[in-house]
Amino acid sequence: MGNVSIEEIVNQVLAEIEKKNGKQTVQKSSPPSKETIVFSMDKKVGVDKPRKREAIDKAQAATPARIGIGRAGTRMKTDSLLKFRIDHAAAQDAVFKDVSEDFLKEYGLPLLKTKAESMEEYLMDLDSGRRLNEESAEWIRRNCPKNRQVQIVVADGLSSTAIETNIPDLLPSLMQGLELKNITVGKPIFIKRGRVWVQDEVASLVNCDVIISLIGERPGLATAESVSAYLVYRPSEKTVEADRTVISNIHKGGTPPVEAGAYLADVLEEVLQLKVSGVKYAKARHRSDVQ
Amino acid sequence: MKLSCLIGKEHFTFSTLKEVMAKASEEKSGDKMAGIAAGSSLERAAAKVVLSRMTLEDIYENPVIPYEEDEVTRIIYDDINLHIYKSISGWTIGELREYILSHGNSQEDLLRISRGLTSEMIAAVAKLMSSIDLVIASQKIKVQAHCNTTIGEPGRLAFRCQPNHPIDNPEGILASIKEGLSYGSGDAVIGINPNNDSVESVSRLLHMSHEFMEKWGIPTQNCVLAHITTQMQSLEKGAPVALMFQSLAGTQEANDDFGVNKELLDQALQLMITRGTSTGPNVLYFETGQGSEVSLDAHQGVDMQTLEARTYGYARHWKPFMVNNVSGFIGPETLYDGRQVIRADLEDLFMGKLHGLPMGIAPTYTNHMIADQNDQEIAGMLTALAGANFYMGVPGGDDVMLSYQDTSYHDDASLREMLGLRPLREFEKWLEKMGIMENGRLTSRAGDLSIFDRREL
Repeated sequence: MGNVSIEEIVNQVLAEIEKKNGKQTVQKSSPPSKETIVFSMDKKVGVDKPRKREAIDKAQAATPARIGIGRAGTRMKTDSLLKFRIDHAAAQDAVFKDVSEDFLKEYGLPLLKTKAESMEEYLMDLDSGRRLNEESAEWIRRNCPKNRQVQIVVADGLSSTAIETNIPDLLPSLMQGLELKNITVGKPIFIKRGRVWVQDEVASLVNCDVIISLIGERPGLATAESVSAYLVYRPSEKTVEADRTVISNIHKGGTPPVEAGAYLADVLEEVLQLKVSGVKYAKARHRSDVQ
Repeated sequence: MKLSCLIGKEHFTFSTLKEVMAKASEEKSGDKMAGIAAGSSLERAAAKVVLSRMTLEDIYENPVIPYEEDEVTRIIYDDINLHIYKSISGWTIGELREYILSHGNSQEDLLRISRGLTSEMIAAVAKLMSSIDLVIASQKIKVQAHCNTTIGEPGRLAFRCQPNHPIDNPEGILASIKEGLSYGSGDAVIGINPNNDSVESVSRLLHMSHEFMEKWGIPTQNCVLAHITTQMQSLEKGAPVALMFQSLAGTQEANDDFGVNKELLDQALQLMITRGTSTGPNVLYFETGQGSEVSLDAHQGVDMQTLEARTYGYARHWKPFMVNNVSGFIGPETLYDGRQVIRADLEDLFMGKLHGLPMGIAPTYTNHMIADQNDQEIAGMLTALAGANFYMGVPGGDDVMLSYQDTSYHDDASLREMLGLRPLREFEKWLEKMGIMENGRLTSRAGDLSIFDRREL
């Protein structure tokens, strides 16, 4: 195992992010004036004259489900309905809005594309998001360093929000973790309208040992900003889903991105040592734990 | 069998019945992805013309997947009544549509010919039907089944209370059960989708839901929607199961992926009859939906709607208490938008009913589809008008475990009140006793989960 602890990496990355955020605070919007509506997304007991309010408070605390919200006749109360529409709108925007080009520039991620020429094609034809278009494949051939141990792919998947929210912490944390372990890393790239399997093609183009994709998950109403990491050791024609290792639920309400980056660096180190990923990696790891 | 037609000056020729079926289907993204959809609107119309002239015998003689190769085909053919089939085998699909819609033919007539129809015949006639055709035809058939409660009686509409929790927290699940019951949802089943599919965890939820039903004397059934083998193991170890669940598909290949086959379903049914807690005779709960085969790459060149019909032909063999259709659950690669989901829901309800199944509908959508709450509510109202037996009931319409949207407890109560429908008989009495409902309407006490706090103190 590596001699740098997750904690150390987390602290270093946090310090750097704080430095950066220091500059950004100026841009913060001014506090809302009296004329501005502040819509609360907090849970509220919406039942009129409940028999026992504490019981509803307690029930609401036991589940994220929308309960204890009351009713107008048989319908939802206005604010419950609005809250639902806001959550759904955020989820749809996460899917249908692109990651901004400014964002990609800021993090030095080249914008590459799959064969999916439109969002419609991407959503309806799964294969279109699993292959690079010609120009992008050529760009990788010309510009990406080859034969590194790890190649990182960032892909919007089904949530651009997940990428814009988590990559600023996740990517530096992962890069730093790998650097401290002296693992060689290729040039991270961004793939627009990319699905998981596109990583196989990238891996063959750059001839890396392990390829890892940081990809936006399909949004739920509860969160639209969750990222999954899919990694595979030397993918080939014979690669099946069980050969991929998946770490999902990376966001502030799940595994926070800074921690996730450090953890992923540990996993990548082990995968490089064991030369397997997916179910085989889990088994090999279990064996070494037992020994 | 005639496979070509001339429309105006354009000549259309198809090579197989399977191709005609796929191209006659209404536009859906899953059929496009599979590369089997009509290439143009006129080609689609031409395929409908060809299909309208096919006889039932043409379809009987040309199953879309051969009998020898596929268990679903075998179950469908082995369960057909040949006497009835032979009496109608000369009808065209166009004539079948008119027979179904004619004033003179009621539920009894339709359920009789149903015994002589293969699933592909039912799929074919649905391809010739418009939205109102499907609703009018669906209204004619109301199939009843009995587990602990009787589902499908005229004038009644039931709901599954779906109290899922992201990590199966029993207290959180119980909270959502109470909320659902306080809106009158739960007479079809209290059905929990587990996050953890282990026998231990599933058994815990079965015990918890069973004990809650016992404590409050609730006339319904419980179910934990784990894989059927997990439920069977739980049952064998003594967990109380009133209704056993499984997802089904329309090809043997897809059912293999689901880990299910005839032998296993026979065992499950037998186990429920001898060890389950419910009266029966209908003790199974199936879920189906257009697109599962294409998403598993197990469609074998057959369109989604025809495969859905075949799923019903398979399902009816085990006389289920409920068949729930969840077209829309997978995403835009199978059903792209609200329009495609609404069409699928109407087709599936009709096809299920004509198979003689106690059908319910989950008009669902995911967040990466071009669909929203308004589309879902339209699908809910249309299928309720068409006489669905039941819907799901999800707190606030947001399933926090499965990350998709479905009908809410509020929608359940609304569908009942807007159409003057009542809960299932036994359950309505219980709601009245609890003071939740009076004369078929929610009382001022309804919607307050804390009414269940009383006797717990």
